[in-house]
Amino acid sequence: MKIVKNAVAGTLESSDAYVQVSPNEAGIEIVLESVVLTQFGDAIKASVMEVLAENEVTNAKVSVNDRGAIDCTIRARVETALKRAQGEN
Amino acid sequence: MRRSMLFIPGNTPSLIVNGDILGADSIILDLEDAVSPAEKDSARILVRNTLKHLGLKGCEIVIRINPVDTDFWYKDLDEIVPHKPDMIMLPKVNGPEDVKKVSEYIAGIEEKCGMEKNTVKIITLIETTMGVENAFLIAGCDERVTAMFLGAEDLTADLRCVRTKEGAEILYCRQRLVTAARACGVDVYDTPFTDVEDIEGLYKDARFAKALGFTGKVSISPRHVEGINEVFSPTKAEIEYAHEVLDIIEEAKRMGRGVVSLRGKMIDAPIVNRAKQVIEMEKAIYGGTDHE
Repeated sequence: MKIVKNAVAGTLESSDAYVQVSPNEAGIEIVLESVVLTQFGDAIKASVMEVLAENEVTNAKVSVNDRGAIDCTIRARVETALKRAQGEN
Repeated sequence: MRRSMLFIPGNTPSLIVNGDILGADSIILDLEDAVSPAEKDSARILVRNTLKHLGLKGCEIVIRINPVDTDFWYKDLDEIVPHKPDMIMLPKVNGPEDVKKVSEYIAGIEEKCGMEKNTVKIITLIETTMGVENAFLIAGCDERVTAMFLGAEDLTADLRCVRTKEGAEILYCRQRLVTAARACGVDVYDTPFTDVEDIEGLYKDARFAKALGFTGKVSISPRHVEGINEVFSPTKAEIEYAHEVLDIIEEAKRMGRGVVSLRGKMIDAPIVNRAKQVIEMEKAIYGGTDHE
């Protein structure tokens, strides 16, 4: 999947995550803000990387503002933002 | 056993993650009215991930998809059906053709995913005048249809009347739906009581629905779940009577008696069937004694 434009998904409400995806020339860049960064930061980044791999994204900047979302919510928001960023929806 | 069904917006993670601890027998993750057109894609993926990863054990999972006159319904099914929700709620059903269209599409997904045919059931949401008049045909048109649900808000708009708490304007529709569903052996659920703060009104409305023959009631608020469960559960007296009925039937069988009476009333097949239903509900709610 090629990221061709900026896109967002999710909200800043509790238990959700706000994800921004934009094109990137040199690989994957993940920026994470989270209320549980110390405890789960690595796990969240790993989940984001998995979703990127599942969608065969090799160049993208992904910013995640996590408001205490569970793993399946973060994965859903990242996937939605990716699909929107490739112009599918 | 399904007495209460609770709507949860399909794009609100904070409500979805707690869906299975709100006391409802079923939760309905809503991809239709609770989700704006611009967020349909997002909600669809969130609900799919919920089914895939979260599970929500302890209650039945129903997904309300978008109606067949939109471009969303088959996209909803593509994402949702492979993860085996208990039921798909199909809104704005006008006739059997709407159900057939969706059922055939589900069958295609089931086959592609190696699922057993008819794994995913359908509850039809009847909320148009055409749907009400076709209720019997809809209830019996497809094996997947296991329940019906009356949606009075859209229906009263279609009827061009005012929706009231008393509900005189929907009495005919309620009775028609109950009769159609019962004639076809499917469950039937009453419309939500929309005043979240009026708990007394909720009890009154639920008792009336039970008296008409509804299996249970749908809710838009967790605050109404407890009342619905209470109203649609058998009372202590009903449970005691059901046990007495089945005990006396067993005794009559042992004694070789054909006709039995209890409390001065002849016990015939409908009473025995009703007693069995009550015992089944008792077992499902509290655990109970087998009468095999």
